[in-house]
Amino acid sequence: MRPFEQIVAEYGPLVLRVCRAVVGPADAEDAWSETFLSALKAYPGLPEDARVEAWLVTIAHRKAIDVARANSRRPVAVADVPEPGPAEARAEGDLWAGDLWDALKSLPQRQRSAVAYHYLVGLPYKEIAAITGGTTDAARRAAADGIKSLRSSYPSRTDERAE
Amino acid sequence: MTTNASDQGDGHLFSALPVEDPATQARLHERLVADAEREGLLDVAYRTLVTPVGTLLLAATDQGLVRVAYDSPDHGGHDAALAELADRVSPRVLEAPDRLAQVVEQIEEYFEGRRTRFELALDLRLSKGFRREVITHLSGIAYGRTESYAQVAAAAGSPRAVRAVGTACATNPLPVVIPCHRVVRSDGSAGGYAGGAAAKNALLALETAA
Repeated sequence: MRPFEQIVAEYGPLVLRVCRAVVGPADAEDAWSETFLSALKAYPGLPEDARVEAWLVTIAHRKAIDVARANSRRPVAVADVPEPGPAEARAEGDLWAGDLWDALKSLPQRQRSAVAYHYLVGLPYKEIAAITGGTTDAARRAAADGIKSLRSSYPSRTDERAE
Repeated sequence: MTTNASDQGDGHLFSALPVEDPATQARLHERLVADAEREGLLDVAYRTLVTPVGTLLLAATDQGLVRVAYDSPDHGGHDAALAELADRVSPRVLEAPDRLAQVVEQIEEYFEGRRTRFELALDLRLSKGFRREVITHLSGIAYGRTESYAQVAAAAGSPRAVRAVGTACATNPLPVVIPCHRVVRSDGSAGGYAGGAAAKNALLALETAA
């Protein structure tokens, strides 16, 4: 079995992108941290032939829902926003948190997850259905509906290279 | 699995999301290590340390220092040592320098000639049976002294097991800290060493000079 450090190095960046796309900038780091702590705990029992990527997305999906739910109960106040670190350390990760998240957050959670797992991670709809529940067709529909909405709410990016 | 997003022309949808974000990743790694330590899930913590005899891998369990490894290509380098830790101790392995702070301090003092014995908690689980008996005996060979493989065999109660002593030294999981470099051939030449002959000679020279 590979040392867990290698799993973090190889999949950490992808899981961060997934968390950012599914729960947004404010909660992404909590979701990532919960995901990898939970993965570390379960890791010794992971079958040797398991696909690590799908396994991590499964955990991230659960944690994203937990984190988003917990943080939505939190009173929204400016003071609640985590204190940013040094400006240059956060700048790169925050560059994206404008139009894209504005468009994504308007989608129902189910569509947002299906779009992220299919278009960002590259998982087939059958695996997405296993992660989110429901049928393969429902997962495909959720992704298609999500993309359709994004085409109107985020047109500059969805269309600029669509040829 | 590769992304199949481009088939519908939506592959660039997430192009605004950075693929790599090293600053955030570093911060998250630090948080994971702290969370893992608090939850008792950090089974093996490691870091590397640059020394005059090469870059050493240092790894510790909650019991103590469990592995010191040279980065020798013959033995697969540090990756092989980490893979062995994952197999034989636990795959919950993370780069977590804090747990090695005391080890680093003492090894640096040693290479500066300011320390002649290590006072560290050791986890000897990677060494079993006769090899462990030999390893345990080695810690009794004083700084600046040497013993021959035959002397060590006799001291371990098996005077004819000279070759087995050689193997025990070669597979010492804690070189430098457990001084297998102080075991030399009967003719006075240095003999083999996991870190290579040059490293062994350097350690012996360091201890003679002090």
